[in-house]
Amino acid sequence: MDRLVVISGIGCTGRASGYFAADSYHTTHGRAIAFASGVKVANPDLKPVVISGDGDLFAIGGNHFIHAARRNVDMLVLCVNNFNYGMTGGQMGPTTPDSAITVTSPDGNIEHPFNLVSVAAASGAVFVARWTALHARRLTKSIEKALQKKGFKFIEVISPCPTLYDRYNRYGSGLDVMKKYREISVIRNFTDPMKAEIDYRTRIVCGEFVDTEKPEFTDLLAQQSDRLQKR
Amino acid sequence: MQKAVLTGERFTQGDIAAAEGALAAGCRFFAGYPITPATEIAERMAYRLPRIGGRYIQMEDEIASCTAVVGASYAGVKSMTATSGPGVSLMNETIGLAVMTETPMVLVNVMRGGPSTGQPTEASQSDIMQAKWGSHGDYEIIALIPSSVQEMFDLTIQAFNLSERFRVPAFVLADEIIGHMRERLVIPPEDEIEIVNRKKPTVPPEEYLPFKAEEDLVPPMATFGEGYHFYATGLTHDERGYPVMDEEAQLALVPRLCDKIRKNADKITRAENTETEDAEILLVAYGGEARTALRAVKDARANGIKIGLFRPISVWPFPKEQLKEAAANAQHVVVAELNYGQLVGEVERVIRNEVPVHLIPRVCGTPHTPDELMKEIRRRIN
Repeated sequence: MDRLVVISGIGCTGRASGYFAADSYHTTHGRAIAFASGVKVANPDLKPVVISGDGDLFAIGGNHFIHAARRNVDMLVLCVNNFNYGMTGGQMGPTTPDSAITVTSPDGNIEHPFNLVSVAAASGAVFVARWTALHARRLTKSIEKALQKKGFKFIEVISPCPTLYDRYNRYGSGLDVMKKYREISVIRNFTDPMKAEIDYRTRIVCGEFVDTEKPEFTDLLAQQSDRLQKR
Repeated sequence: MQKAVLTGERFTQGDIAAAEGALAAGCRFFAGYPITPATEIAERMAYRLPRIGGRYIQMEDEIASCTAVVGASYAGVKSMTATSGPGVSLMNETIGLAVMTETPMVLVNVMRGGPSTGQPTEASQSDIMQAKWGSHGDYEIIALIPSSVQEMFDLTIQAFNLSERFRVPAFVLADEIIGHMRERLVIPPEDEIEIVNRKKPTVPPEEYLPFKAEEDLVPPMATFGEGYHFYATGLTHDERGYPVMDEEAQLALVPRLCDKIRKNADKITRAENTETEDAEILLVAYGGEARTALRAVKDARANGIKIGLFRPISVWPFPKEQLKEAAANAQHVVVAELNYGQLVGEVERVIRNEVPVHLIPRVCGTPHTPDELMKEIRRRIN
């Protein structure tokens, strides 16, 4: 536990870092991954886990996400995706589905959303998975597996937002949304992340999509530094 | 293996001297993003750090660079970034976070002309106020201004020491003149360099309160991985580090963050006087412009003019007491700076209306010549 550092950004999920009896840090909006990169590079013995929301990680923090994945910096990024900015009252964001109603898309969202697992895989993540909040056991297993693995790992967790997003779009209570997850989610391990469909109304493809090996950034830094110090 | 402290004399550039000063101070982590006229610092760190067991990382932008530095500092490593005004504009968000979570870290800003992209390759001192007020909210910061390659080295060490001592970000606020000029640098033996490290907790983890300050208003700092299991946040927090959204919490925190600098100002501020004892005209100049000012003062003294130079070395906090003393006999105070009037406001606050305070601004990317400066001083005084 002494090696774990839990880091979060801003938003409903941003508060998560405060709930751990571990070293933990609550950054500004979008910056959790950049902070985690500094932690990991400065002290490679530490194991950063970033927990944040879809808006934090993929709108304001999108640049940090793709570059940390590209470098393959050892960290686990858990994204709680509830399809909107909840903390500020339910505005549209980079994962809000087509035509969905939010307070800043009152006439229906016309933006094309990110498919997060596809972004993660394309950016270079060595482990990519998606589960819903219903898949608690499978999600736990994926987290355990990811923590054993070195490199940039990404797990998306589809999560209800019964007070805002689900209410505006008439999906019913939190329980109704969980029932919906059971009805429309399918498990398809090792599906091409580009084809891992996500449609809040009809089909959510879950599973572990990427599990690969690649040299990790801080290992490469250490190898280079060790070589240079021997000169 | 290369040495961290390259003791000896060399002819080198200001930017490189800043990098060597950081290494001598114990910096072992640098995160940065290329920008003129500060890039040489990143280049030097990219070459030097891996050779002495440190780590360099080039981030995707200045926001990430500054944030990685905060993370690295919390991981227990002395850390730094270097940039210019446009980079500081992006870093200001994280500077606020670093202030709020009381993070020791050093930022070198090699100032170029602005606003916006401005004059990337020209000299300027136009980020004086940005350094103080760049991030939102009430806070205090430390900023030191070097006037020579030697001071790029010395003040970078002092910036680290002050930053560690007071758990606050510290700027080395250089201008492009000092960053890019080459002159003699003397690096002392390692054991002659004074190094200050952050206070560490002396209590067991179960008794540790990460934001409980001691008498000097600075809390001891645990780092990640030591078993303290603490939490830090940019939200207003109590001594435990947890968010608290009431009046008392804000009142206990924000004044302390400011006062740990204000009340310790005598330990932070520094300035240099030249021929100020009997000076009827007190010239105030800093950084690259102070070199011109020094020549102008020496020439004018040779002509019997009672003029002296006051050079603030710390601009934040501003050396008020030292200025009052230097201006004791002055009938005119003249501020020459490579901007359109920034530090002159602080000088006026100290001098009040006791004697006239004149501004000689310059925003064209080059310093005055000593003759031009003297001509401008005469024009204002007569």
